Amino acid sequence: MALAIDDVRRVAQLARLRIEDAQAAPMLAELNTILHLIGEMQAVDTSGVEPMSHPRDVAQRLRADEITEPDRRAALLALAPRAEAGLYLVPKVIE
Amino acid sequence: MFQLGIAETARQLAARAFSAVELTQHFLDRIRRHNARLNAIITLDEARSLAAARTADEHIARGKAGSLTGIPILHKDIFCANGWRTACGSRMLENFVAPYDAHVVSRLEAAGTVILGKTNMDEFAMGSSNETSWFGPVRNPWRTSAVPGGSSGGSAAAVAARLALAATGTDTGGSIRQPAALSGVCGLKPTYGVASRYGMIAFASSLDQAGPIATSAQDLALMLNAMAGFDARDSTSLERAAEDYARDLERPLRGLRIGLPKEFFSDAVQPEVAAAVEAAIGEYRRLGATSVEVSLPNMHLSIPVYYVLAPAEASSNLARYDGVRYGYRADAFDDLVDMYERTRAEGFGAEVKRRIMIGTYVLSHGYYDAYYLKAQKIRRLIATDFARAFEQCDVIMGPTSPTTAFELGSRTSDPVQMYLSDIYTIAVNLAGLPGLSIPAGFDAAGLPVGLQSIGNYFAEARLLNVAHQYQRATDWHRRVPADFAG
Repeated sequence: MALAIDDVRRVAQLARLRIEDAQAAPMLAELNTILHLIGEMQAVDTSGVEPMSHPRDVAQRLRADEITEPDRRAALLALAPRAEAGLYLVPKVIE
Repeated sequence: MFQLGIAETARQLAARAFSAVELTQHFLDRIRRHNARLNAIITLDEARSLAAARTADEHIARGKAGSLTGIPILHKDIFCANGWRTACGSRMLENFVAPYDAHVVSRLEAAGTVILGKTNMDEFAMGSSNETSWFGPVRNPWRTSAVPGGSSGGSAAAVAARLALAATGTDTGGSIRQPAALSGVCGLKPTYGVASRYGMIAFASSLDQAGPIATSAQDLALMLNAMAGFDARDSTSLERAAEDYARDLERPLRGLRIGLPKEFFSDAVQPEVAAAVEAAIGEYRRLGATSVEVSLPNMHLSIPVYYVLAPAEASSNLARYDGVRYGYRADAFDDLVDMYERTRAEGFGAEVKRRIMIGTYVLSHGYYDAYYLKAQKIRRLIATDFARAFEQCDVIMGPTSPTTAFELGSRTSDPVQMYLSDIYTIAVNLAGLPGLSIPAGFDAAGLPVGLQSIGNYFAEARLLNVAHQYQRATDWHRRVPADFAG
Protein backbone atom coordinates (compact mmCIF):
# COMPACT_ATOMS: atom_id res chain seq x y z
CA MET A 1 0.00 0.00 0.00
CA ALA A 2 1.86 3.10 -1.21
CA LEU A 3 1.59 6.47 0.52
CA ALA A 4 0.77 9.77 -1.20
CA ILE A 5 2.21 13.15 -0.35
CA ASP A 6 -0.84 14.05 1.76
CA ASP A 7 -0.27 10.92 3.87
CA VAL A 8 3.26 12.11 4.60
CA ARG A 9 1.92 15.44 5.83
CA ARG A 10 -0.78 13.75 7.92
CA VAL A 11 1.64 11.30 9.55
CA ALA A 12 4.18 14.08 10.17
CA GLN A 13 1.46 16.03 11.95
CA LEU A 14 0.57 13.00 14.10
CA ALA A 15 4.25 12.57 14.92
CA ARG A 16 4.69 16.30 15.66
CA LEU A 17 7.49 16.54 13.11
CA ARG A 18 7.68 19.66 10.99
CA ILE A 19 8.40 18.68 7.39
CA GLU A 20 9.35 21.46 4.98
CA ASP A 21 7.75 21.28 1.52
CA ALA A 22 11.08 20.45 -0.11
CA GLN A 23 11.56 17.47 2.24
CA ALA A 24 8.14 15.90 1.67
CA ALA A 25 8.83 14.31 -1.73
CA PRO A 26 12.15 12.64 -0.80
CA MET A 27 10.56 11.48 2.48
CA LEU A 28 7.64 10.01 0.53
CA ALA A 29 9.97 8.02 -1.71
CA GLU A 30 11.96 6.67 1.26
CA LEU A 31 8.87 5.71 3.22
CA ASN A 32 7.38 3.91 0.23
CA THR A 33 10.60 1.93 -0.24
CA ILE A 34 10.42 0.83 3.40
CA LEU A 35 6.69 0.06 3.18
CA HIS A 36 7.39 -2.06 0.11
CA LEU A 37 9.93 -4.03 2.17
CA ILE A 38 7.43 -4.40 5.01
CA GLY A 39 4.72 -5.47 2.55
CA GLU A 40 6.38 -8.87 2.22
CA MET A 41 4.62 -9.76 5.50
CA GLN A 42 1.16 -9.62 3.98
CA ALA A 43 1.66 -12.83 1.97
CA VAL A 44 2.21 -14.89 5.14
CA ASP A 45 -0.68 -16.95 6.52
CA THR A 46 -0.83 -16.12 10.24
CA SER A 47 -4.31 -17.45 10.99
CA GLY A 48 -4.39 -18.99 14.46
CA VAL A 49 -0.96 -17.61 15.43
CA GLU A 50 -0.78 -15.85 18.81
CA PRO A 51 0.97 -12.47 18.61
CA MET A 52 4.26 -12.37 20.56
CA SER A 53 5.03 -9.27 22.62
CA HIS A 54 7.56 -10.65 25.14
CA PRO A 55 9.93 -13.45 24.10
CA ARG A 56 9.25 -15.30 27.36
CA ASP A 57 5.52 -14.49 27.29
CA VAL A 58 5.89 -12.79 30.66
CA ALA A 59 3.00 -10.58 31.73
CA GLN A 60 3.63 -7.11 33.11
CA ARG A 61 4.57 -7.37 36.77
CA LEU A 62 2.51 -5.45 39.29
CA ARG A 63 3.95 -3.78 42.36
CA ALA A 64 2.52 -2.37 45.54
CA ASP A 65 1.10 1.14 45.14
CA GLU A 66 3.76 2.84 47.23
CA ILE A 67 5.87 5.96 46.80
CA THR A 68 9.30 4.76 45.70
CA GLU A 69 10.88 7.92 44.28
CA PRO A 70 12.27 10.70 46.44
CA ASP A 71 11.39 14.34 45.70
CA ARG A 72 13.98 15.53 43.17
CA ARG A 73 11.99 18.42 41.79
CA ALA A 74 14.83 20.97 41.75
CA ALA A 75 17.33 18.62 40.09
CA LEU A 76 14.84 17.54 37.44
CA LEU A 77 13.54 21.03 36.73
CA ALA A 78 17.13 22.16 36.23
CA LEU A 79 17.19 19.95 33.10
CA ALA A 80 14.33 21.84 31.46
CA PRO A 81 15.01 24.27 28.61
CA ARG A 82 12.88 26.82 30.51
CA ALA A 83 11.52 26.62 34.03
CA GLU A 84 10.43 29.20 36.53
CA ALA A 85 8.95 29.15 40.04
CA GLY A 86 8.93 25.35 40.07
CA LEU A 87 7.06 25.11 36.76
CA TYR A 88 7.91 24.20 33.16
CA LEU A 89 7.46 27.16 30.86
CA VAL A 90 5.76 26.66 27.46
CA PRO A 91 4.09 29.05 25.02
CA LYS A 92 0.67 30.27 26.09
CA VAL A 93 -2.08 27.76 25.13
CA ILE A 94 -5.17 29.59 26.44
CA GLU A 95 -5.85 33.17 25.40
CA MET B 1 49.35 -3.04 29.82
CA PHE B 2 46.48 -2.54 27.37
CA GLN B 3 46.64 -6.08 25.98
CA LEU B 4 46.23 -8.06 29.20
CA GLY B 5 42.45 -8.53 29.24
CA ILE B 6 40.27 -8.15 32.33
CA ALA B 7 41.13 -11.34 34.21
CA GLU B 8 44.92 -10.87 33.97
CA THR B 9 44.66 -7.14 34.70
CA ALA B 10 42.65 -7.88 37.85
CA ARG B 11 45.32 -10.37 38.95
CA GLN B 12 48.11 -7.82 38.41
CA LEU B 13 46.15 -5.12 40.23
CA ALA B 14 45.73 -7.49 43.18
CA ALA B 15 49.47 -8.30 43.06
CA ARG B 16 50.25 -4.52 42.98
CA ALA B 17 52.15 -4.87 39.67
CA PHE B 18 50.55 -1.48 38.93
CA SER B 19 47.88 0.63 40.58
CA ALA B 20 44.39 1.36 39.33
CA VAL B 21 45.41 5.01 38.97
CA GLU B 22 48.38 4.02 36.76
CA LEU B 23 46.13 1.75 34.73
CA THR B 24 43.47 4.43 34.26
CA GLN B 25 46.10 7.01 33.34
CA HIS B 26 47.53 4.55 30.81
CA PHE B 27 44.15 4.22 29.07
CA LEU B 28 43.42 7.94 29.26
CA ASP B 29 46.78 8.53 27.57
CA ARG B 30 45.88 6.03 24.87
CA ILE B 31 42.54 7.75 24.35
CA ARG B 32 44.24 11.13 24.06
CA ARG B 33 46.66 9.72 21.51
CA HIS B 34 44.29 7.66 19.37
CA ASN B 35 40.69 8.77 19.73
CA ALA B 36 40.85 11.75 17.35
CA ARG B 37 41.33 9.34 14.43
CA LEU B 38 38.34 7.23 15.47
CA ASN B 39 35.80 9.58 17.11
CA ALA B 40 34.82 6.56 19.20
CA ILE B 41 34.61 8.39 22.53
CA ILE B 42 32.58 11.59 22.77
CA THR B 43 32.66 12.41 26.50
CA LEU B 44 35.62 12.29 28.88
CA ASP B 45 36.03 13.44 32.47
CA GLU B 46 39.61 12.58 33.40
CA ALA B 47 39.45 13.98 36.94
CA ARG B 48 36.40 11.88 37.68
CA SER B 49 37.93 8.72 36.16
CA LEU B 50 41.10 9.19 38.21
CA ALA B 51 39.09 9.78 41.38
CA ALA B 52 37.26 6.48 40.76
CA ALA B 53 40.65 4.81 40.22
CA ARG B 54 41.92 6.18 43.54
CA THR B 55 38.88 4.72 45.27
CA ALA B 56 39.61 1.40 43.56
CA ASP B 57 43.19 1.49 44.85
CA GLU B 58 41.89 2.08 48.38
CA HIS B 59 39.57 -0.90 48.06
CA ILE B 60 42.43 -3.06 46.82
CA ALA B 61 44.67 -1.89 49.67
CA ARG B 62 42.00 -2.78 52.22
CA GLY B 63 41.41 -6.19 50.65
CA LYS B 64 37.92 -5.19 49.55
CA ALA B 65 38.36 -5.58 45.80
CA GLY B 66 35.36 -6.81 43.79
CA SER B 67 35.52 -8.80 40.58
CA LEU B 68 36.15 -5.71 38.43
CA THR B 69 37.79 -3.31 40.89
CA GLY B 70 39.93 -0.82 39.03
CA ILE B 71 39.01 -2.15 35.55
CA PRO B 72 38.64 0.80 33.13
CA ILE B 73 35.59 0.56 30.89
CA LEU B 74 33.51 2.76 28.59
CA HIS B 75 29.75 3.14 28.48
CA LYS B 76 27.74 3.45 25.31
CA ASP B 77 26.16 6.90 25.44
CA ILE B 78 22.69 5.32 25.60
CA PHE B 79 23.23 4.51 29.31
CA CYS B 80 22.38 7.21 31.82
CA ALA B 81 25.33 7.71 34.18
CA ASN B 82 24.75 10.15 37.00
CA GLY B 83 26.55 13.43 36.35
CA TRP B 84 27.76 12.37 32.88
CA ARG B 85 26.50 13.97 29.70
CA THR B 86 24.24 11.32 28.11
CA ALA B 87 23.42 12.36 24.55
CA CYS B 88 22.45 9.06 22.87
CA GLY B 89 24.11 10.24 19.66
CA SER B 90 21.49 12.96 19.24
CA ARG B 91 21.31 16.71 19.06
CA MET B 92 18.11 16.29 21.07
CA LEU B 93 20.15 15.32 24.15
CA GLU B 94 23.39 17.13 23.29
CA ASN B 95 23.44 18.94 26.66
CA PHE B 96 21.57 16.39 28.78
CA VAL B 97 23.43 15.47 31.98
CA ALA B 98 21.83 12.33 33.40
CA PRO B 99 20.45 12.77 36.93
CA TYR B 100 20.65 9.05 37.78
CA ASP B 101 22.45 5.80 36.94
CA ALA B 102 21.15 3.07 34.67
CA HIS B 103 20.90 -0.29 36.46
CA VAL B 104 23.74 -1.65 34.34
CA VAL B 105 25.91 1.36 35.20
CA SER B 106 25.29 1.06 38.93
CA ARG B 107 25.93 -2.69 38.83
CA LEU B 108 29.27 -2.18 37.07
CA GLU B 109 30.17 0.59 39.50
CA ALA B 110 29.36 -1.68 42.45
CA ALA B 111 31.68 -4.29 40.90
CA GLY B 112 34.47 -1.66 41.00
CA THR B 113 34.86 -0.54 37.38
CA VAL B 114 36.32 2.85 36.51
CA ILE B 115 34.37 4.79 33.86
CA LEU B 116 36.75 6.25 31.25
CA GLY B 117 34.03 7.98 29.24
CA LYS B 118 31.01 7.59 26.97
CA THR B 119 31.11 6.16 23.47
CA ASN B 120 29.70 7.48 20.22
CA MET B 121 26.75 5.64 18.67
CA ASP B 122 24.12 5.87 15.97
CA GLU B 123 21.44 8.38 16.96
CA PHE B 124 19.08 6.69 19.44
CA ALA B 125 20.77 3.41 18.39
CA MET B 126 19.15 3.58 14.93
CA GLY B 127 21.78 2.59 12.43
CA SER B 128 24.23 -0.11 11.40
CA SER B 129 27.29 1.99 10.60
CA ASN B 130 27.55 4.68 13.29
CA GLU B 131 27.00 7.29 10.59
CA THR B 132 23.70 8.65 11.96
CA SER B 133 25.35 10.14 15.07
CA TRP B 134 24.97 13.90 15.64
CA PHE B 135 28.59 13.74 16.83
CA GLY B 136 29.90 12.50 13.48
CA PRO B 137 30.77 9.01 12.28
CA VAL B 138 33.08 6.58 14.09
CA ARG B 139 35.90 5.10 12.04
CA ASN B 140 37.03 1.50 11.99
CA PRO B 141 40.48 0.98 13.60
CA TRP B 142 41.34 -1.66 10.98
CA ARG B 143 40.77 0.84 8.15
CA THR B 144 39.74 4.36 9.01
CA SER B 145 37.91 4.89 5.70
CA ALA B 146 35.50 2.10 6.73
CA VAL B 147 32.63 2.07 9.23
CA PRO B 148 32.93 0.21 12.57
CA GLY B 149 29.35 -1.07 12.31
CA GLY B 150 26.56 0.14 14.55
CA SER B 151 24.82 1.15 16.55
CA SER B 152 27.37 0.41 19.32
CA GLY B 153 30.12 1.48 16.89
CA GLY B 154 32.01 3.67 19.34
CA SER B 155 32.17 0.90 21.94
CA ALA B 156 33.35 -1.67 19.38
CA ALA B 157 35.96 0.62 17.79
CA ALA B 158 37.29 1.73 21.18
CA VAL B 159 37.71 -1.85 22.42
CA ALA B 160 39.28 -2.87 19.08
CA ALA B 161 41.82 -0.03 19.41
CA ARG B 162 42.40 -1.08 23.05
CA LEU B 163 41.24 2.28 24.42
CA ALA B 164 39.47 0.41 27.25
CA LEU B 165 39.38 -3.18 28.48
CA ALA B 166 35.66 -3.46 27.77
CA ALA B 167 32.60 -1.40 26.96
CA THR B 168 28.86 -1.65 27.30
CA GLY B 169 26.60 -1.86 24.28
CA THR B 170 22.94 -2.38 23.45
CA ASP B 171 21.47 -4.65 20.83
CA THR B 172 17.98 -4.14 19.37
CA GLY B 173 18.56 -5.75 15.96
CA GLY B 174 22.29 -6.53 16.02
CA SER B 175 23.81 -3.39 17.50
CA ILE B 176 26.32 -5.26 19.70
CA ARG B 177 27.11 -8.24 17.47
CA GLN B 178 27.38 -6.49 14.07
CA PRO B 179 29.85 -3.76 15.20
CA ALA B 180 31.77 -6.39 17.19
CA ALA B 181 32.09 -8.39 13.96
CA LEU B 182 33.04 -5.42 11.77
CA SER B 183 35.55 -4.12 14.34
CA GLY B 184 37.12 -7.49 15.20
CA VAL B 185 36.08 -7.78 18.86
CA CYS B 186 33.71 -9.93 20.93
CA GLY B 187 30.15 -8.92 21.76
CA LEU B 188 27.31 -10.66 23.57
CA LYS B 189 23.58 -9.94 23.47
CA PRO B 190 21.98 -11.78 26.40
CA THR B 191 18.53 -13.35 26.49
CA TYR B 192 15.89 -10.61 26.52
CA GLY B 193 15.19 -9.71 30.16
CA VAL B 194 18.57 -10.79 31.62
CA ALA B 195 20.00 -7.25 31.90
CA SER B 196 17.77 -4.45 33.12
CA ARG B 197 16.70 -1.74 30.67
CA TYR B 198 16.31 0.80 33.51
CA GLY B 199 18.20 3.96 32.59
CA MET B 200 18.98 2.70 29.09
CA ILE B 201 17.42 5.21 26.71
CA ALA B 202 14.55 3.34 25.08
CA PHE B 203 14.45 2.58 21.34
CA ALA B 204 12.29 -0.55 20.82
CA SER B 205 11.43 -1.81 24.27
CA SER B 206 10.39 -5.34 23.35
CA LEU B 207 13.78 -5.91 21.66
CA ASP B 208 16.36 -3.69 23.43
CA GLN B 209 18.92 -5.57 25.48
CA ALA B 210 22.22 -4.51 27.07
CA GLY B 211 25.40 -6.54 26.78
CA PRO B 212 29.19 -6.35 26.94
CA ILE B 213 31.85 -5.78 24.26
CA ALA B 214 35.38 -6.99 25.08
CA THR B 215 38.40 -8.70 23.53
CA SER B 216 37.71 -12.25 24.74
CA ALA B 217 34.83 -14.53 25.72
CA GLN B 218 36.31 -14.76 29.20
CA ASP B 219 36.12 -10.98 29.60
CA LEU B 220 32.54 -10.97 28.29
CA ALA B 221 31.65 -13.47 31.03
CA LEU B 222 33.21 -11.29 33.74
CA MET B 223 31.36 -8.22 32.44
CA LEU B 224 28.04 -10.06 32.13
CA ASN B 225 28.38 -11.34 35.71
CA ALA B 226 28.26 -7.72 36.81
CA MET B 227 25.66 -6.48 34.31
CA ALA B 228 22.99 -9.19 34.60
CA GLY B 229 20.39 -9.47 37.30
CA PHE B 230 16.78 -8.81 38.17
CA ASP B 231 15.66 -5.21 38.57
CA ALA B 232 12.13 -4.36 39.67
CA ARG B 233 12.40 -1.00 37.85
CA ASP B 234 12.30 -2.74 34.45
CA SER B 235 8.89 -4.36 34.01
CA THR B 236 10.33 -6.88 31.53
CA SER B 237 13.31 -7.87 33.70
CA LEU B 238 13.22 -11.60 34.46
CA GLU B 239 13.27 -12.85 38.04
CA ARG B 240 15.96 -15.51 38.01
CA ALA B 241 18.66 -16.64 40.40
CA ALA B 242 22.06 -15.04 39.74
CA GLU B 243 24.45 -17.21 37.79
CA ASP B 244 28.19 -17.32 37.16
CA TYR B 245 28.52 -16.91 33.40
CA ALA B 246 32.18 -18.02 33.58
CA ARG B 247 31.35 -21.37 35.18
CA ASP B 248 31.51 -23.43 31.99
CA LEU B 249 34.41 -21.70 30.21
CA GLU B 250 36.76 -24.68 30.56
CA ARG B 251 34.21 -27.35 29.64
CA PRO B 252 35.45 -29.48 26.69
CA LEU B 253 33.41 -29.26 23.49
CA ARG B 254 33.29 -32.99 22.75
CA GLY B 255 29.75 -33.83 21.69
CA LEU B 256 28.70 -30.23 21.01
CA ARG B 257 26.09 -30.19 18.22
CA ILE B 258 26.34 -27.14 15.98
CA GLY B 259 23.31 -26.25 13.87
CA LEU B 260 24.06 -24.57 10.56
CA PRO B 261 20.94 -22.86 9.15
CA LYS B 262 20.97 -23.17 5.39
CA GLU B 263 19.47 -19.65 5.23
CA PHE B 264 22.74 -18.26 6.74
CA PHE B 265 24.91 -19.62 3.96
CA SER B 266 23.35 -18.13 0.83
CA ASP B 267 24.92 -16.30 -2.10
CA ALA B 268 24.33 -13.03 -0.23
CA VAL B 269 27.38 -13.72 1.92
CA GLN B 270 30.72 -12.23 0.86
CA PRO B 271 32.82 -15.29 -0.15
CA GLU B 272 35.66 -14.44 2.25
CA VAL B 273 33.16 -14.22 5.12
CA ALA B 274 31.71 -17.60 4.19
CA ALA B 275 35.22 -19.09 3.96
CA ALA B 276 36.24 -17.77 7.39
CA VAL B 277 33.04 -19.05 8.99
CA GLU B 278 33.50 -22.47 7.39
CA ALA B 279 37.10 -22.58 8.62
CA ALA B 280 35.85 -21.78 12.13
CA ILE B 281 33.31 -24.61 11.94
CA GLY B 282 36.21 -26.86 10.87
CA GLU B 283 38.14 -25.79 13.99
CA TYR B 284 35.10 -26.69 16.11
CA ARG B 285 35.00 -30.15 14.53
CA ARG B 286 38.65 -30.59 15.50
CA LEU B 287 37.63 -29.63 19.04
CA GLY B 288 35.10 -32.47 19.07
CA ALA B 289 31.91 -30.82 17.82
CA THR B 290 29.59 -32.19 15.16
CA SER B 291 27.41 -30.15 12.82
CA VAL B 292 23.93 -30.61 11.43
CA GLU B 293 22.03 -28.58 8.85
CA VAL B 294 18.97 -26.85 10.28
CA SER B 295 16.43 -24.50 8.76
CA LEU B 296 14.89 -21.21 9.83
CA PRO B 297 12.28 -20.97 7.06
CA ASN B 298 10.80 -17.64 8.20
CA MET B 299 14.13 -15.87 8.67
CA HIS B 300 13.71 -13.83 5.49
CA LEU B 301 10.71 -12.18 7.17
CA SER B 302 12.76 -10.89 10.09
CA ILE B 303 13.69 -7.62 8.39
CA PRO B 304 10.10 -6.72 7.38
CA VAL B 305 8.86 -7.66 10.86
CA TYR B 306 11.63 -5.70 12.54
CA TYR B 307 10.94 -2.58 10.46
CA VAL B 308 7.37 -2.61 11.74
CA LEU B 309 7.96 -3.44 15.40
CA ALA B 310 11.08 -1.35 16.02
CA PRO B 311 9.81 1.90 14.40
CA ALA B 312 6.38 1.46 16.02
CA GLU B 313 7.90 1.14 19.47
CA ALA B 314 10.41 3.90 18.71
CA SER B 315 7.70 6.33 17.61
CA SER B 316 6.03 5.80 20.97
CA ASN B 317 9.25 5.94 23.03
CA LEU B 318 10.54 9.05 21.28
CA ALA B 319 7.27 10.96 21.78
CA ARG B 320 8.76 12.12 25.11
CA TYR B 321 11.20 14.46 23.35
CA ASP B 322 9.01 17.53 23.22
CA GLY B 323 11.33 20.35 24.25
CA VAL B 324 9.51 20.86 27.55
CA ARG B 325 11.10 18.82 30.33
CA TYR B 326 14.66 18.20 29.12
CA GLY B 327 16.76 18.19 26.00
CA TYR B 328 16.74 20.45 22.99
CA ARG B 329 14.15 23.17 22.33
CA ALA B 330 13.91 25.13 19.07
CA ASP B 331 14.80 28.83 19.36
CA ALA B 332 11.88 30.29 17.46
CA PHE B 333 8.26 29.10 17.21
CA ASP B 334 4.71 30.44 16.97
CA ASP B 335 2.79 28.38 19.52
CA LEU B 336 2.99 25.15 21.55
CA VAL B 337 2.39 22.76 18.64
CA ASP B 338 4.85 24.69 16.48
CA MET B 339 7.37 24.43 19.32
CA TYR B 340 6.95 20.63 19.44
CA GLU B 341 7.20 20.29 15.66
CA ARG B 342 10.25 22.53 15.23
CA THR B 343 12.00 21.08 18.28
CA ARG B 344 11.61 17.55 16.93
CA ALA B 345 12.45 18.54 13.33
CA GLU B 346 15.68 20.23 14.46
CA GLY B 347 16.57 17.84 17.30
CA PHE B 348 16.24 14.53 15.40
CA GLY B 349 18.33 13.42 12.43
CA ALA B 350 17.07 11.93 9.16
CA GLU B 351 17.12 8.23 10.12
CA VAL B 352 15.32 8.83 13.41
CA LYS B 353 12.65 10.87 11.63
CA ARG B 354 12.22 8.15 9.01
CA ARG B 355 11.60 5.57 11.71
CA ILE B 356 9.26 7.82 13.69
CA MET B 357 7.27 8.38 10.48
CA ILE B 358 7.06 4.65 9.68
CA GLY B 359 6.16 3.84 13.27
CA THR B 360 3.51 6.52 13.48
CA TYR B 361 1.99 5.33 10.21
CA VAL B 362 1.81 1.64 11.13
CA LEU B 363 0.21 2.51 14.47
CA SER B 364 -2.21 5.06 13.03
CA HIS B 365 -5.95 4.50 12.98
CA GLY B 366 -7.00 1.45 10.99
CA TYR B 367 -3.53 0.01 10.36
CA TYR B 368 -2.68 -1.63 13.69
CA ASP B 369 -3.91 -5.12 12.75
CA ALA B 370 -2.35 -5.07 9.29
CA TYR B 371 1.08 -4.06 10.54
CA TYR B 372 1.88 -4.26 14.25
CA LEU B 373 -0.30 -7.26 15.09
CA LYS B 374 0.70 -9.06 11.89
CA ALA B 375 4.37 -8.47 12.70
CA GLN B 376 3.91 -9.82 16.24
CA LYS B 377 2.37 -12.98 14.80
CA ILE B 378 5.22 -13.54 12.37
CA ARG B 379 7.59 -12.83 15.26
CA ARG B 380 6.17 -15.94 16.92
CA LEU B 381 6.70 -17.98 13.73
CA ILE B 382 10.35 -16.90 13.73
CA ALA B 383 10.74 -17.84 17.42
CA THR B 384 9.12 -21.22 16.68
CA ASP B 385 11.65 -21.84 13.89
CA PHE B 386 14.47 -21.44 16.43
CA ALA B 387 12.71 -23.73 18.93
CA ARG B 388 12.52 -26.45 16.25
CA ALA B 389 16.17 -25.95 15.28
CA PHE B 390 17.27 -26.29 18.91
CA GLU B 391 15.68 -29.75 19.03
CA GLN B 392 18.56 -30.83 16.78
CA CYS B 393 21.50 -28.80 18.07
CA ASP B 394 23.01 -27.03 21.11
CA VAL B 395 24.16 -23.89 19.35
CA ILE B 396 23.48 -22.28 15.98
CA MET B 397 26.39 -20.79 14.05
CA GLY B 398 26.85 -18.62 11.02
CA PRO B 399 28.19 -15.26 9.91
CA THR B 400 27.33 -12.26 12.08
CA SER B 401 27.15 -9.98 9.04
CA PRO B 402 27.02 -10.82 5.33
CA THR B 403 30.02 -8.58 4.64
CA THR B 404 33.06 -7.16 6.37
CA ALA B 405 33.20 -3.44 7.18
CA PHE B 406 32.03 -1.23 4.30
CA GLU B 407 33.29 2.20 3.35
CA LEU B 408 31.93 5.31 5.03
CA GLY B 409 29.14 6.81 2.93
CA SER B 410 28.70 3.74 0.73
CA ARG B 411 25.24 2.80 2.06
CA THR B 412 23.85 6.04 3.48
CA SER B 413 21.80 6.91 0.41
CA ASP B 414 19.80 3.68 0.54
CA PRO B 415 18.18 2.92 3.91
CA VAL B 416 17.02 -0.55 2.85
CA GLN B 417 20.53 -1.55 1.76
CA MET B 418 21.76 -0.44 5.20
CA TYR B 419 19.03 -2.44 6.93
CA LEU B 420 20.23 -5.61 5.18
CA SER B 421 23.50 -5.41 7.18
CA ASP B 422 21.52 -6.91 10.05
CA ILE B 423 19.97 -9.82 8.14
CA TYR B 424 21.64 -12.46 10.37
CA THR B 425 21.22 -10.73 13.69
CA ILE B 426 17.66 -9.38 13.76
CA ALA B 427 15.88 -12.74 14.03
CA VAL B 428 17.76 -13.39 17.29
CA ASN B 429 16.30 -10.21 18.85
CA LEU B 430 12.83 -11.08 17.60
CA ALA B 431 13.04 -14.48 19.29
CA GLY B 432 14.69 -12.94 22.39
CA LEU B 433 17.59 -15.42 22.29
CA PRO B 434 21.20 -14.84 23.37
CA GLY B 435 23.73 -14.31 20.58
CA LEU B 436 27.44 -13.68 20.48
CA SER B 437 29.97 -12.59 17.87
CA ILE B 438 33.70 -13.35 18.02
CA PRO B 439 36.52 -12.65 15.55
CA ALA B 440 37.17 -15.57 13.18
CA GLY B 441 39.60 -14.27 10.57
CA PHE B 442 40.08 -11.52 8.04
CA ASP B 443 39.17 -10.77 4.44
CA ALA B 444 41.76 -10.05 1.74
CA ALA B 445 41.70 -6.35 2.65
CA GLY B 446 42.60 -7.14 6.25
CA LEU B 447 39.14 -6.44 7.66
CA PRO B 448 37.83 -8.72 10.42
CA VAL B 449 35.14 -11.39 10.01
CA GLY B 450 32.72 -12.18 12.84
CA LEU B 451 31.40 -15.63 13.73
CA GLN B 452 27.94 -15.57 15.30
CA SER B 453 26.79 -18.18 17.80
CA ILE B 454 23.17 -18.27 18.90
CA GLY B 455 22.03 -20.18 21.98
CA ASN B 456 18.73 -21.26 23.42
CA TYR B 457 17.14 -19.09 26.14
CA PHE B 458 19.54 -18.52 29.08
CA ALA B 459 22.38 -20.43 27.37
CA GLU B 460 24.83 -17.53 27.83
CA ALA B 461 27.29 -19.64 29.87
CA ARG B 462 27.28 -22.31 27.14
CA LEU B 463 27.81 -19.72 24.38
CA LEU B 464 30.74 -18.24 26.31
CA ASN B 465 32.16 -21.74 26.81
CA VAL B 466 31.90 -22.42 23.08
CA ALA B 467 33.61 -19.10 22.27
CA HIS B 468 36.32 -19.51 24.92
CA GLN B 469 37.32 -22.97 23.70
CA TYR B 470 37.70 -21.59 20.17
CA GLN B 471 39.79 -18.72 21.53
CA ARG B 472 42.09 -21.17 23.34
CA ALA B 473 42.78 -22.82 19.98
CA THR B 474 43.05 -19.67 17.83
CA ASP B 475 44.43 -16.15 18.18
CA TRP B 476 42.15 -14.02 15.98
CA HIS B 477 40.85 -12.22 19.07
CA ARG B 478 44.36 -11.20 20.11
CA ARG B 479 45.10 -9.31 16.89
CA VAL B 480 45.35 -5.55 17.38
CA PRO B 481 44.95 -3.11 14.46
CA ALA B 482 48.47 -2.06 13.46
CA ASP B 483 47.92 1.69 13.89
CA PHE B 484 46.80 1.18 17.48
CA ALA B 485 49.28 -1.47 18.63
CA GLY B 486 51.76 1.08 20.01
